[in-house]
Amino acid sequence: MKTNFMKWFMALWVVSMILLSGGFAAVSAETPQRGGDLVTGYAQFPGHFNCAIQSGAATAVPCTNIFASLVETDTNFEPVPYLAESWEASSDGLTYTFHLVKNATFHDGKPVTSEDVAFSFELVKANHSFGPSMLGPVDHVETPDKYTAVFKLSKPHPALFLVLSPALMPILPKHVYGDGQPIRKHPANTNPVGSGPFKLAEFKPGDYFILERNPNFFRPGRPYLDRIIGRRIKDPNANYIALKKGDFHLAMFNGGLRLKQIEALKKEKHLVVTSKGYEAIAPIYFLEFNLRKEKFKDVRVRQAIAYAIDKQFITQKLHGGLSKAATGPLHSSFPWYTDQVNTYPTDLDKANQLLDAAGYPKKADGMRFSTTLAWYPGEPDSMDTITAYLKPQLKKIGIDVQLLPPADFVSWYKHVAAWQHDMTMSNLYSWGDPMIGVHRLYRCDNQKHVVWTNTSGYCNEKLDGIMAAASVETDFAKRKALYVQFQEILTHDLPLIWTHEAPYKTIYHKDLRGVISSVWGACSPADGIYWKDGKTPE
Amino acid sequence: MGSCSATIGVFLKILFSIFRKAIYSLVLLLAVIVLNFLLLHIAPGDPVETLVAEMGGATPELIAQLRSDYGLDKSFPEQLLNYCLRMAQGDLGMSFTYDQPVIDIILGRLSATLILVLTALVLAVTTGTILGIMAAQRPKSVFSGLVSVISLAGYAAPVFWTGIMLLILFSYLIPLFPSFGMVEVGSSGGALDHFLDVLHHLVLPALTLASIYLAVYSRIARASMMDVLGSDYIRTARSKGLSERTVVYKHALKNAVLPVVTMAGLQFSQLIAGAVVVETVFSWPGMGQLAFESILRRDYTLLLGILFFSTLIVIVVNFLTDLSYRLLDPRIK
Repeated sequence: MKTNFMKWFMALWVVSMILLSGGFAAVSAETPQRGGDLVTGYAQFPGHFNCAIQSGAATAVPCTNIFASLVETDTNFEPVPYLAESWEASSDGLTYTFHLVKNATFHDGKPVTSEDVAFSFELVKANHSFGPSMLGPVDHVETPDKYTAVFKLSKPHPALFLVLSPALMPILPKHVYGDGQPIRKHPANTNPVGSGPFKLAEFKPGDYFILERNPNFFRPGRPYLDRIIGRRIKDPNANYIALKKGDFHLAMFNGGLRLKQIEALKKEKHLVVTSKGYEAIAPIYFLEFNLRKEKFKDVRVRQAIAYAIDKQFITQKLHGGLSKAATGPLHSSFPWYTDQVNTYPTDLDKANQLLDAAGYPKKADGMRFSTTLAWYPGEPDSMDTITAYLKPQLKKIGIDVQLLPPADFVSWYKHVAAWQHDMTMSNLYSWGDPMIGVHRLYRCDNQKHVVWTNTSGYCNEKLDGIMAAASVETDFAKRKALYVQFQEILTHDLPLIWTHEAPYKTIYHKDLRGVISSVWGACSPADGIYWKDGKTPE
Repeated sequence: MGSCSATIGVFLKILFSIFRKAIYSLVLLLAVIVLNFLLLHIAPGDPVETLVAEMGGATPELIAQLRSDYGLDKSFPEQLLNYCLRMAQGDLGMSFTYDQPVIDIILGRLSATLILVLTALVLAVTTGTILGIMAAQRPKSVFSGLVSVISLAGYAAPVFWTGIMLLILFSYLIPLFPSFGMVEVGSSGGALDHFLDVLHHLVLPALTLASIYLAVYSRIARASMMDVLGSDYIRTARSKGLSERTVVYKHALKNAVLPVVTMAGLQFSQLIAGAVVVETVFSWPGMGQLAFESILRRDYTLLLGILFFSTLIVIVVNFLTDLSYRLLDPRIK
């Protein structure tokens, strides 16, 4: 009897210990705490909050908190339910049926319905700078009932779910924005009404904005933060000091800081510096040739220059290891990326040989020909430093580079948009899918007098065919195979030399949780961000 | 009878001079507007192109649509005429950058710039004058030399350097003052709290802006005071047995300060220019920062609106300077 009792007691004691420790573990595992403010500094400040009609990261960051969208994107480029709780696709990929949550309301209390989805689709398609490439394949949206939106496509659209994320297709209330006033001057652009986790509390144009918690946000318990405060900070040194002091809790896109300052901030004990958050935006810096100029028509000339540029020097020495060499037109974070291409390892002899073979011998002064090189202001580490490096480096292979320092952005715009340039540096955001942000540089029919189109004058019909096929290919493996070809052809033809992937870092206070939850980084809702102790530190 | 017509005569004279000044001011304003409209249109590009930079690209169709929305596709003379007509009716137009009426944006920022500039002016003038006077009383002393050196340093150093140095010293190393902005955003509090908050944020930017002109005023005050102290009526006052303090502050000061006032009036427009840089360094939400941005963005309605207000302010200040002359020196009519 005594031994049996002892055995039972022991058993019970062990079991209860296990249960208790399990309980402790569950309690001490962090549960999101409600409360606190998040203060950010912005180098580029939004003029208004309607990212349905205005692309760009500056507007997207607050816009994705004020407005919700059908889906979100996680850290693997996969869609996550948001205003749409579920969806089905037809077998031919031409019909997508989205079922909306039934408890979502706009900040004015009216419910979010399929009418608003259809309205927002029309608005974005007609007014967004990337409207045609994002929503071209979508013909119209049907609204069979209040909570069902049916997207009817004219051809398969592999980028559809990326387009339906908050940064690109926010859902605007038809009863506010569809009242007949011209959308670009609509007063609700600066006084927005959305269904997102935060609503606008105060806005001083060019100075600051305050977003406060939407108490009726349709995701229960969220958002955790009380407020998000965005402050305009024009001088990077002031931003640097504010981050060090802890006045600012978050900086995105480097916050306008120089790489040396980022390096210094890495040593701060209260800050975390991460490269995450730019996988969808995927910015790449490149050197563009104007292929209409005689001297750049021969691919050997372009390849020679590629062999002369030492990307390791750029990323390791000039950028102190904070950037990554680009190998081609696609960013390494994209699922369709390949590095199995000619990366033109630095070889000055080969460069000289190619130039000789192309018919540009060295003249008496050691130079073969001269060229101009333009760039735009505001990129000291990613452009000024590199163009300064290119001048002596290309001199080594007999090319005389005349630097054209930019007066301001618009002067550069005029120079390149007129196709007057020889060479220019530039930067491109890929916006989540090659068909949205990347194709525009290479399509034969996109040679426009506008920057960030095909200003190099490149035209390869085979590549056009590949891009067209990849735009309607929904099978991932097949699409990737097409983009591998895409990268192989472009890295052979070299209308551009892609120097490096943008060394953008997200810098945030170590007590913040859930900062990066999407490939869109800061251009996605902050409803999952919280302070470890539920209040702003100080 | 005689004195009545004399008074009327004086009154008419003053009225006429005011009227003349008003005409000059109007011509000046018009010239400023037309000239800058011209300059901004000669510069390559227009506001839509800066919009493209923000948007990260655009289709030519969208650009054409934006241009027509903003009336930028009209001819230059037509645009100028439209602008002048609207301005005559008191409509300063819409800002391309902010999509809001220019007058609202400027009025929202005007007070911030005025607070900064006026505080800096008062600081520079009073401190400069006092230092100059003290240096004048001990012309060959170490003190005089020190004043010269320090004020010259402030004058020679680029204003953004001074600003950043003050930021690092007194906002970071010794965290006494905030590093940006005019107010602590998102905090609640009464009017007194708000006033103290602004004052707290004002110290560093005002000091920075004042540092440039301290040299000028202290030197002028010193030279002027030395000059005045050597004149006959001062010798008379001293020989009457008045204390040095009375001599300097009651008799000499008013006359010595005239050149300082002249300089202050002349330099006021430069102060506004200096405010551009200081506002940028300290993210002070004033008009200066706005002006700089509007040039880069070719936002001509906003820029012209700012220039209009700046010119107006300069005119008012010059008028006040004239007025203060009459108060300081009874010999001037």
